Amino acid sequence: MAGLELLSDQGYRLDGRKATELRKVQARMGVFAQADGSAYLEQGNTKALAVVYGPHEVRGARSRIRHDRAVINCQYSMATFSTAERKRRPHGDRKSTEMSLHLKQTFEAAVMTQLYPRSQIDIYVKILQSDGGNYSVCVNAATLAVIDAGIPMRDYVCACTVGFVDETPLADLCYAEESGGVSSLALALLPRGGQIALLQMDARLHQDHLEALIEAAMTACKGVSKVLDQVVRQHLQEASVASAE
Amino acid sequence: MATVQVSEAEKVYILHGIRDDLRVDGRGCEDYRHMEIETDVVSNTDGSAKVTLGDTAVLVGVKADIGKPRPMVPNEGYVEFFVDCSANATPEFEGRGGEELGTELSNTLYKVFNNKHSMDLKSLCISAGEHCWVLYVDVLLLQCDGNLYDAISVAIKAALFNTKIPRVHISADEEGGKEIELSDDPYDCVRLNVENVPCIVTLCKVGHRHVVDATLQEKACSVASLIISVTHKGTITCTRKVGGGSLDPESIFEMTEAGKRVGKALHAPLMKLLQQEESLGKARQKVGFLG
Repeated sequence: MAGLELLSDQGYRLDGRKATELRKVQARMGVFAQADGSAYLEQGNTKALAVVYGPHEVRGARSRIRHDRAVINCQYSMATFSTAERKRRPHGDRKSTEMSLHLKQTFEAAVMTQLYPRSQIDIYVKILQSDGGNYSVCVNAATLAVIDAGIPMRDYVCACTVGFVDETPLADLCYAEESGGVSSLALALLPRGGQIALLQMDARLHQDHLEALIEAAMTACKGVSKVLDQVVRQHLQEASVASAE
Repeated sequence: MATVQVSEAEKVYILHGIRDDLRVDGRGCEDYRHMEIETDVVSNTDGSAKVTLGDTAVLVGVKADIGKPRPMVPNEGYVEFFVDCSANATPEFEGRGGEELGTELSNTLYKVFNNKHSMDLKSLCISAGEHCWVLYVDVLLLQCDGNLYDAISVAIKAALFNTKIPRVHISADEEGGKEIELSDDPYDCVRLNVENVPCIVTLCKVGHRHVVDATLQEKACSVASLIISVTHKGTITCTRKVGGGSLDPESIFEMTEAGKRVGKALHAPLMKLLQQEESLGKARQKVGFLG
């Protein structure tokens, strides 16, 4: 294919990374004082804000109350200026609704909902800047926000989007790679047990490559989990120093 | 707006304090809370700014697009406002919950900017009647702690100051039509003149006195508020009364005078700060939400 070369002969991608390299992850917890838990995470040029409210009483439909566990309610939305082409509606379109359902499924697997029967946990994620891997950045940011809210989880939830080009799996795709016709796979992982919370792919891939791709995704997710762990520990250290003064 | 429950005793306490020019957090009646402004936080936009006023956090992104001018004014561009009250601020804004407040805020913004002097729309024209720049100003409300209008107007002014519109060259192509070429150089851009962009001041009537920059608790004690948009010369571009209570004409006059005074005093330090931030250039450390 003429034009942009997604993986050069020397093994470098469009932004100079190697095939298994992740983008730079920078994160901060406790960004907003009013919410129960909040976090901001940047992965390369993709920026996401996650806010958690709860556990609190179930709002709205009483029929949603579960007697033995908490209900998790997620909303994924993008800022209208987040994409190169201005987005007219922040949320409510099909893609955002689908992403919200995926986030809900992911966190239902990780959060210990049986500790909070008859209540609701709200997770709201907002993409401020979109440069590929939206779902993964949302999951990582939401994990930090849930931890900031003090809601117990079985494990960190780390996600990564991987693609397959020229027989090589590429970890952590950016927008140019995602839209360049790469078969991309999004994976959310609970790293310690190696349990997969969500696996999604809607492109064509030969089944012989599937295992290699999932392996690459799991390795990338474990890399992300190390960074998230560091962020949490640093935040706790700062908080304990601040409260000791 | 996100509501907060205030008991009768708290209301009396706040009322008496304001009567003696002493608010709950120690401010005077015409003092603003601590304000933090940062521009150029989102790189996908042509201009952006983030403003934190106390606990209220607002993010504004400006995107410039080429469009067709309005038929009534063929030699001017135009500005479109959109306010998104995100669920981050409060769970009540989930789904379509925030639309009502968002529409009210953006309608007020249209009224505030609906005059010849706030923005030089003629500079947004590319070729009369055919092409013009359309500025999409998108406001994202991240946290609500009272006084949304003020924070939004300061953020819009900062974002417009930060906006860089690429320079356009019009050339005639083979069929005789006009072809628009955007300059390739990212530094070759046109800046907007934001001298006359107004700032909104909200004055809440609490008891017999009025306060500037009310928190949610103070808002719960007030019956009505007056929103005034003031330019740097002290000219008022829009006035609006909000709230269910009634105001008598004398207090409206008093509040208008106070609003003019406060608003006029807001512009000079703001422009100085923006120019100072700009002059740091590449040496500036971008903090965004990470700091």
